[in-house]
Amino acid sequence: MTLEIVLQSVVSGLMFGGVIALVAVGVSLIWGIMDVINFAYGEYLMWAMYLTFFLYAGAGLDPLVSLPVNALVLFGAGVLTYRLVIQRVMRGPVFAQLLSTFGLFVLLRYTAWLVFRPDDRQAQSLVSNGVLKLGELRVSTGELVAFVGSVLATSALFCFLTWTKTGKALRAVAQDREAALALGIEPDRLYAIAWGISAAAAGVAGSLVSPFMYVNPLVGDVFLLPGFAAVALGGFGNVYGAFAGGLVIGVVNVTGGTLTMPKVKLALVYLVFLAVLFMRPRGLWGR
Amino acid sequence: MTTVLLVDDVHASYGRFDVLRGLSLRVAAGELVAVLGPNGAGKSTLLKTVAGFLTPRQGSIQLDGEEIGGLRPPALLRKGVAYVMQRSSLFPRMTIQENLELGAYVRKTTAEVRQDIERVLALFPRLAERRQQRAEGLSGGERRMLEIGRGLLLRPRLLLLDEPTMGLAPLVMDLIFDKILEVRAAGTTVVMVEQNARRALEVSDRAYVLEQGQTRVEGRGEDLLASEAVRRAYLGSGVAGR
Ligand SMILES: Nc1ncnc2c1ncn2[C@@H]1O[C@H](COP(=O)(O)OP(=O)(O)O)[C@@H](O)[C@H]1O
Ligand SMILES: [Mg+2]
Repeated sequence: MTLEIVLQSVVSGLMFGGVIALVAVGVSLIWGIMDVINFAYGEYLMWAMYLTFFLYAGAGLDPLVSLPVNALVLFGAGVLTYRLVIQRVMRGPVFAQLLSTFGLFVLLRYTAWLVFRPDDRQAQSLVSNGVLKLGELRVSTGELVAFVGSVLATSALFCFLTWTKTGKALRAVAQDREAALALGIEPDRLYAIAWGISAAAAGVAGSLVSPFMYVNPLVGDVFLLPGFAAVALGGFGNVYGAFAGGLVIGVVNVTGGTLTMPKVKLALVYLVFLAVLFMRPRGLWGR
Repeated sequence: MTTVLLVDDVHASYGRFDVLRGLSLRVAAGELVAVLGPNGAGKSTLLKTVAGFLTPRQGSIQLDGEEIGGLRPPALLRKGVAYVMQRSSLFPRMTIQENLELGAYVRKTTAEVRQDIERVLALFPRLAERRQQRAEGLSGGERRMLEIGRGLLLRPRLLLLDEPTMGLAPLVMDLIFDKILEVRAAGTTVVMVEQNARRALEVSDRAYVLEQGQTRVEGRGEDLLASEAVRRAYLGSGVAGR
């Protein structure tokens, strides 16, 4: 195995890691604000990919053009999820919360199975087939666009959290819900917004990977476990850590698969996940 | 004088048993009123109920003659009731500036709000020096100042303070009382729950002593300080010697 192959896999890993970072930030946002883990997150992404596909197949929209539509629709889906499901179970035991997002996972996945069948579908994009060469290294245009788009989307989210009034209120609710309420910040309203934003991130990720990935009802698995591992690596609930964790996990996933066997790459991700939990339960960048 | 806050025969509870059992009090515009009493008397519960965290089961709470009993905190804030709870309620991983900005959350962010932030920082110069630092790095006294300052950003009609000097060193305590007097002098009506009965009576206009969810004694601060019976029954041995 030559150095070029390893380098090449690191570059590909980083590209994939950008998307995982966006997924991890979406998951971490909800965890950080309300201590709820969303098992259905990968299924949001899968539905976003179907939406992308049908907007392409039906209306001829390039996945990158339909991205804003995806983000908006998923934002609405996130708000609805909070209002219809999560808000109700928040008053119940933690177990009820776990079961509710797990139930959502099953519902979303097998509804897709029922409606779309387990066939692979793929939208086409202007950036689908291009390859950029950098010396010996090659990067597919689609993956590069996905990487850049993910970085831009997370940056936008970080700016929102840092600078805007609503972003500050979100952080406040995350740190002390009752104190926030004493200042007139309605926790339920902000939780709903957080679910909207989190789901919208899945929507953006779905659009970004559509030019080079098949969609089928199981595609969420490609993102969920690496996303969770990145969340753990970044310190649960730390969105900045989650982003860094995503890049690391992307490289572990792809480079690890290249160095060993492609079949075991998810197992490697899981190993890293376990190792981090053992050695640093609060994550590498945890508080 | 016009009544700002009227609490009339209020009953409130967390569960089955009433903690406030027919409590009444009245606060006039511009007054600094102390609420004293032994642990568990219901002092915090009184403030929580006025601030909208608890709904009175019976009785009436009026702000400027308007019934406010049972309104939720955001609605009460918009009517000008600011509440600083007994426990620390800062957002530790946000800066002092951000904590203050959130104090004006229910107001439109305008130049006026930014001016008010400068005014609060002028009132608490120690905070001004550290405005871009996280609140978690502040000392106990500075935290209390920030919480009070954050409450002021509402431009409150009525400021409710639950044990503002709890756990502070005597000198810092004096500083906080001075600031509260400044706030009152600027025209804000203040209701303050206190454990340090003697100091509280010295600085306040009037005081209520609560016991088991009811008002037991009510009067001017200096009168209560002078009353042998009140001192012996409610203010503890720490006061008797002076
Ligand atoms: N959140 C709560 N749930 C149940 N009971 C409470 C709660 N908070 C206070 N109590 C009870 O209410 C009574 C009055 O408490 P509180 O108003 O905090 O007293 P104080 O502030 O005068 O020390 C106490 O008996 C206390 O145990
Ligand atoms: Mg108390």
